[in-house]
Amino acid sequence: MMKQKERLRRTMMFVPGNNPAMVKDAGIFGADSIMFDLEDAVSMSEKDAARYLVYEALQTVDYGDAELVVRINGLDTPYYENDIKAMVKAGIDVIRLPKVESAEMMQQLEVLVEKAEKSFGREVGSTNLMAAIESAKGVVNAFEIATSSKRMIGIALSAEDYTTDMKTHRYSDGQELLYARNVILHAARAAGIAAFDTVFTNMDDEEGFYRETELIHQLGFDGKSLVNPRQIEMVNKVYEPTKKEILNAQGVIAAIEDAKRKGSGVISMNGQMVDRPVVLRAQRVMRLAIAANLIDEEGNEIEE
Amino acid sequence: MEIKKSAIAGTLESSDVQIMLSTGKNGFEFELESDVAKQFGDQIKETIVNVLKKYKIENAEIRVIDKGALDMVIKARAITAAQRALDIVDTPQWEVL
Repeated sequence: MMKQKERLRRTMMFVPGNNPAMVKDAGIFGADSIMFDLEDAVSMSEKDAARYLVYEALQTVDYGDAELVVRINGLDTPYYENDIKAMVKAGIDVIRLPKVESAEMMQQLEVLVEKAEKSFGREVGSTNLMAAIESAKGVVNAFEIATSSKRMIGIALSAEDYTTDMKTHRYSDGQELLYARNVILHAARAAGIAAFDTVFTNMDDEEGFYRETELIHQLGFDGKSLVNPRQIEMVNKVYEPTKKEILNAQGVIAAIEDAKRKGSGVISMNGQMVDRPVVLRAQRVMRLAIAANLIDEEGNEIEE
Repeated sequence: MEIKKSAIAGTLESSDVQIMLSTGKNGFEFELESDVAKQFGDQIKETIVNVLKKYKIENAEIRVIDKGALDMVIKARAITAAQRALDIVDTPQWEVL
């Protein structure tokens, strides 16, 4: 399996957990991560039904290379513990906990996840965790949340609850989210995990969606949570490297190979030394270019 | 195990199946509504019966309205209906999954 840190997470698509048609087809849109929702998308009376539907889907449906995530119900609900047991038994890749405000909440989750792994014969440590930050307190504690467990793979901003908590609402220019976005992003980068931006729900405002996606791409987010499969292609387009970036990255990769062949520790390109940040950036560009089908696995350009 | 109360799971939306369980006396008595009953009726019933047997249910009246559900959906809805009928929703039998 791909190393967690290197995994592309441009798109995390929400799938209502109790909708058989959507659960069954969730894999066909090419999302990097599929997030089955047991929380807000499922009514109180159907929490058990959604849990078993997602469970059975995870046993039978082939979701390809997508990372499989489930949003469970919160710590303060009666569904929390059974959601954890069912999803750990199902072998989910990542459990996403909503409304996280402290490291303790993640540590409490980790204890239950480990217990479930042991009782269902899953490898201890095989279930990863991520946190959704939806309040001022969560933003203030973002770094302790991001570093709360070795199982953490990412933190996500959830702007609807957050803006309500901040006594504001969402505006089209996103100014009200600037602080939260930067704090979450810094916490994630300092912890070495992924940062996910919030959903954009107005499907009629394509221009606004692109504006927001370009902003979070510029800031450095790994990607975005999405509510509609149509948005996947739009996000991928924003994250697609330019031809110039790819050519440059290919040059850097070639220089690395060259240095390896010569047994030299120093990588140079066009007579200049290539430092580690440049190498890392080039490797990320190559991964994005492969994901966008612009180049093949060997790094060769794919003809149109 | 005896069914404690009538229970229903699933919806009438496309790709779903609605399964209603109530107490029965003569084994499994099915009433099945499906556009594909001719081709898949037996398979749908078999999937449901297998789930009910795992819960040690021996008698039940089972009403099924199928809207083109995959086997995994039928199984999930049968599990949900069985747990609701046995009144064990909050303390499910994990070994059945």
